[in-house]
Amino acid sequence: MSDFLNFVAEHLPLLLSGLGATVTLTVVAIWLGFGLGLSLALVRTYAIAPLRALARTYIALVRGTPLITQLFVVYHGLPQLGITFTPFTAAIVGLTLNSAAYQAEYFRGAILAVRRGQLMAARALGMTKLQTIRHVVLPQIIRLVIPSWANELVYLIKYSSLASLIQVRELTFQARHIASETYRTMEIFLVAAAIYLSLVLVVSYVLRRVELWVRIPGLGAPGR
Amino acid sequence: MALLEVKDIHKRYGTEQVLKGVSFQVERGQTVVVIGPSGTGKSTLLRCINRLTEPDRGQVWLDGVEVTSPRADINRIRAQIGFVFQDFNLFTHLTALDNVRLGLVRVKRLPREQATRRAREELARVGLADKEKAYPAQLSGGQQQRVSIARALAMDPKLILFDEPTSALDPELIGEVLQVMVELAREGMTMVVVTHEMGFARSVADEIIFMEGGVIVEHGPPERLFTSPQVPRTAEFLNKISELYGET
Amino acid sequence: MGGKIEALEVLWSALPRLLAGVRVTVELTALFLGVGLVSGFLVAVAQVYGRGPLRWGATVFEQVFRGVPALVLLFLLYFGLTEVGISRLAAAVLALGLRSGAYQSQIFRGALLAVPTGQLLAARALGMTGLQTIRHVVLPQAVRLALPGWSNEYAIVLKDTSYVFAIGLVELMREGTYIVARTFGRYSLEVYLFVALVYLVLVYGGNLALSLLARRLAIPGQEARAESLERM
Ligand SMILES: Nc1ncnc2c1ncn2[C@@H]1O[C@H](COP(=O)(O)OP(=O)(O)OP(=O)(O)O)[C@@H](O)[C@H]1O
Ligand SMILES: [Mg+2]
Repeated sequence: MSDFLNFVAEHLPLLLSGLGATVTLTVVAIWLGFGLGLSLALVRTYAIAPLRALARTYIALVRGTPLITQLFVVYHGLPQLGITFTPFTAAIVGLTLNSAAYQAEYFRGAILAVRRGQLMAARALGMTKLQTIRHVVLPQIIRLVIPSWANELVYLIKYSSLASLIQVRELTFQARHIASETYRTMEIFLVAAAIYLSLVLVVSYVLRRVELWVRIPGLGAPGR
Repeated sequence: MALLEVKDIHKRYGTEQVLKGVSFQVERGQTVVVIGPSGTGKSTLLRCINRLTEPDRGQVWLDGVEVTSPRADINRIRAQIGFVFQDFNLFTHLTALDNVRLGLVRVKRLPREQATRRAREELARVGLADKEKAYPAQLSGGQQQRVSIARALAMDPKLILFDEPTSALDPELIGEVLQVMVELAREGMTMVVVTHEMGFARSVADEIIFMEGGVIVEHGPPERLFTSPQVPRTAEFLNKISELYGET
Repeated sequence: MGGKIEALEVLWSALPRLLAGVRVTVELTALFLGVGLVSGFLVAVAQVYGRGPLRWGATVFEQVFRGVPALVLLFLLYFGLTEVGISRLAAAVLALGLRSGAYQSQIFRGALLAVPTGQLLAARALGMTGLQTIRHVVLPQAVRLALPGWSNEYAIVLKDTSYVFAIGLVELMREGTYIVARTFGRYSLEVYLFVALVYLVLVYGGNLALSLLARRLAIPGQEARAESLERM
C-alpha cells in the first residue's frame, strides 16, 4: 500500500497539471459553447426561415457525428485549408463547436417551455420583440436550463479526455504518459478514474445547490 | 369623437372567415360588453384592436390615431391599451410587484423608484398590497387575475380590453375580480369586456354587443337587449346563457 | 490541398476497407447495446424494487460507470484485463457495454417508475407473483416508454464505439486514420469528413428505424414524445 502511495505521490504533480488542463478545457469550452449555443437556439426559434434552417442543419450535423471525428477534422483536416491550430486550441475549438450544438437544444427546450401567453402579454404591454426576449424569455430559460446545463458540464469534463488523442496534455494524456514510463498501468488509470469521478461528483453537487438557490416557485419542475 | 372606433374589421384563418366586417364605437368612459357563442371571433376581435392579431381589412382608431396604419408606432399604442387575458399570462419568473413594474420600467421608461411607487399603488387598488413579493405560482387564480389587471392599469391606459377575465376561475373567486372591474367602470375607465357574466353586463355595461358567426347580430343598452331584443337569435342566446350560468 | 478528383479516387479505392470498418462499428454497437440492455435493466430493477446492499451496489455501479470518462474506463479495463489473458475485444465490450448499462439503467428506471403503482396492486390482487407482475405488466409498458431514450442511447453508443481505436481495434475511425496515414495526410480533411458522413447516416438511419418501431408499438393514448433534446 505504501508503495502505491509513494507511486501516486511521485507522479501527483504531473497528474495535477493534467487536471489543470482538463479543467481549463472544460471551463473555456462550456462558456464559449454557452454563447454560441444560446445564439443558435434563438436563431433557430426566432430568426427568418433560411437562418433557422442553417442553425438546424448545424445542430443535426454535430449531434450526428462522434466528437473524435470532429476533433480530427479540426486538428488534422483543417491544416489542409491552411488553418492550423495547436493541439490545445484545436481541442477548445472542437469542444466548443460540439457543446454549442447540444446547449442549443437545451435552450430550445427551455424556450418552448416559456408559455406563449406570456409573450403575448409582453407584446400587449408594448414591449418590442427584443425586449420580450431580453426581459421575459431569457430570465426564464436561464433558470429552466440549469439542470441540463449541469449535465452538459459533466459531459464536457468527461469528453475532454478525448483531447488526449490529439496530444493535449490533459489528465488522460498524462496518465497514459506515466503508464508508458512506469508500466504500472492499472494503478495510474485507477487514480485518474478516481480524480475524474470526484470532479464530476463535486461539480454535480455544487450545481444542484445553485439550482436550488435561483429557483423560483412555479418555474420549472418541482424537484428532480 | 369616440375614443375607440372599429371599422369593418375582417379576419380569416386559413379558409375560415372568422370576422366578416365588424364595426362599433366606444365613447370615453363607457363600458361595452361583448357576448356571443364560443368560436364566434370575440377573442380575435379584441386582439385585432391592439394588433396582437393583424386584421386583414378594416381600421381601428384610438383617440384620433389610426392604430391600423402601417406607419403607426404599434408598441407605443399598445402601451395605451390595457389587455387582460383569460388565463392571466403573468410572467412566471417575476414577483407580483415586478410583473406590474416591468412595463413601467421597460416601455414607459419610468425611473425605478417612481415605477415602484406606481406599481404599489395599483396593487393596493386591486387589494393585493400585501402580496407584492409573491410569485404567480404562489397566488390563487383570482389574485393572479387581479395582479394582471394591476399590470394593465399601471400603464395608465386609455382603454382596457378584457377577454373573458373570469372564465378560468373557480366560482368562489369570480366575485373578487368582478368587484375590481365594477369599481373601474364606476371610476370612469373605458372598457371593452368579453364575458359570460350576465349580472355584470346588466349592471355595469353601457352597451352590449351580441356577436355570432363573425358579425354583430345586435347591439344596444342592456335594458333593451335583455327585455326586448329585436332579433330572435339574441333572445335565444340570452336564455341559454342564463340557464347555464344561473344569472338573470 | 490535394485535387478533389484525386481525393475521390482515394476514397473510392479505400471503400472496401471503410465498409469493413463500418461493419465492425455496427457489430460493436450491437454488442455494447446488448450488454448495456441486460446490465442496465438489472440495475434499474435493483434500484426500483431492491433494497439494502443490492440497491446500494446498483447505485455505486451506476455512479462510477457514468462518472468516469469512457476513454479512461476503456484504458482501465483494457490494461487491467489483458494482463490476465482476457481479449482486447472482451475488455472493450465490458468497458463500453457496462457504461451503456449505467446510462440505460436511468432510462429503464424512469420507465419503471412511470408504470402506475395502481397497476402493480391490481396485478398482485389477481394473484400474480412479483416476477409475473414485472414480466407481464411492467416490462411491456416499460419497453415502450424507454424507446425514445433508447434511441438516444443508440446514437451515443454508436458514436462512442470510435474510442476503441485508441486500444487498437480496427473499426471505421481507425480505417480512416489508416487511409490518412497511407496518403501522408494529404487528404485528411476529405477522409475525416467522409467518415463523419458515414456516422451521420448510421446515427440518423438508426434513429429513424427506432422511431418507426416506436410508432408500430405505440399503444393508443400512450404515444411517447417523439423528439429528445438530450445529449446524444
Ligand atoms: N391563431 C389562430 N389560428 C387559426 N385559427 C384560429 C386562431 N385563433 C382563432 N382561430 C379560430 O377562429 C375562430 C374564432 O376564435 P376566437 O377565439 O376568436 O373565438 P371566441 O369567440 O373568442 O371563442 P371562445 O368563447 O371559445 O373564446 C375559432 O374557430 C378558432 O378556431
Ligand atoms: Mg375567446
